[in-house]
Amino acid sequence: MKNPIGNLNKIFDSRIRLGVMSILMVNEEVSFNDLKQMMEVTDGNLASHLVNLEENGFIKVHKGFVGRKTNTTYSITKAGEKAFKEHIEALENMIRGVK
Amino acid sequence: MDSQHQPQTLETLQDIKRMMERSSRFISLSGWSGISAGICALLGAWAAHSRLGSFLVYHGGRQHQSIYNEEQASLDLFYDLILIAVITFIAAFISAFLFTYIRSRKNGVPIWDRTVQRLAWNTIMPMVVGGIMIVRALEFGYYELVAPGCLIFYGLALVNASKYTLGEIRYLGYGQIILGILNLWIINEGLYFWAAGFGILHIVYGAIMWWKYER
Repeated sequence: MKNPIGNLNKIFDSRIRLGVMSILMVNEEVSFNDLKQMMEVTDGNLASHLVNLEENGFIKVHKGFVGRKTNTTYSITKAGEKAFKEHIEALENMIRGVK
Repeated sequence: MDSQHQPQTLETLQDIKRMMERSSRFISLSGWSGISAGICALLGAWAAHSRLGSFLVYHGGRQHQSIYNEEQASLDLFYDLILIAVITFIAAFISAFLFTYIRSRKNGVPIWDRTVQRLAWNTIMPMVVGGIMIVRALEFGYYELVAPGCLIFYGLALVNASKYTLGEIRYLGYGQIILGILNLWIINEGLYFWAAGFGILHIVYGAIMWWKYER
């Protein structure tokens, strides 16, 4: 029998990375500050998780300016969407499978 | 298979759902906002009703007044009714804002983030369009269309808003639209339809939302 836990994506083990992905699934583009506010984490902590997601090709970074301030926004990639959906499916199967 | 993962998995899914909702919808809309806006609307409707009543008692069937006085009295009535409408709107808006502000503070959610901006834009836009149409209707003297116009456009605004806040507001929108359409055919009872829609429906909706989410 197939082990459902095997389908879980290791990258989404972190609550923060999973949270970022959840937010980006339902919002086209979200700024660093909005993410920080919603996740209730520190700058450095969030930044390192975002780098990790970007390196895995799950999110895209857009660097822009609002006046003189840098305004960095993030959006989900096709690969990120797919990985997230598969992760949710694996979670669902775990709940269904364990009786 | 080990069953110790199950509660943890469920918690993870709930976490995902919460993040999705919190990031895309403004969920701090308070039921008290609906109740207070409804009370303001009923008071406004009562004020308009008594102002209209005194006008009709005074001018009904009188022939001896000059045409100038009649015109002046109608104009006075018109401006008084506009004033009542403006005061009612401001009072309803402030009281509704206040309760929602208190609730968002309690939830620790900012009152002006992206979810609020989106909600505000999608609610205000249909209302402004409706407002322009009502102003034009007034200019042409179609006073009977004011109440159904308010109800229908406000209803459409709420249905539109339901995608950006607690979804139940859609039913309040449907209620307003139905009252507005009925009012188009029972045309001379506008004030009663207006009071039912903006007063009673708001209070009922607010009470239900309070019961469901804030109790």
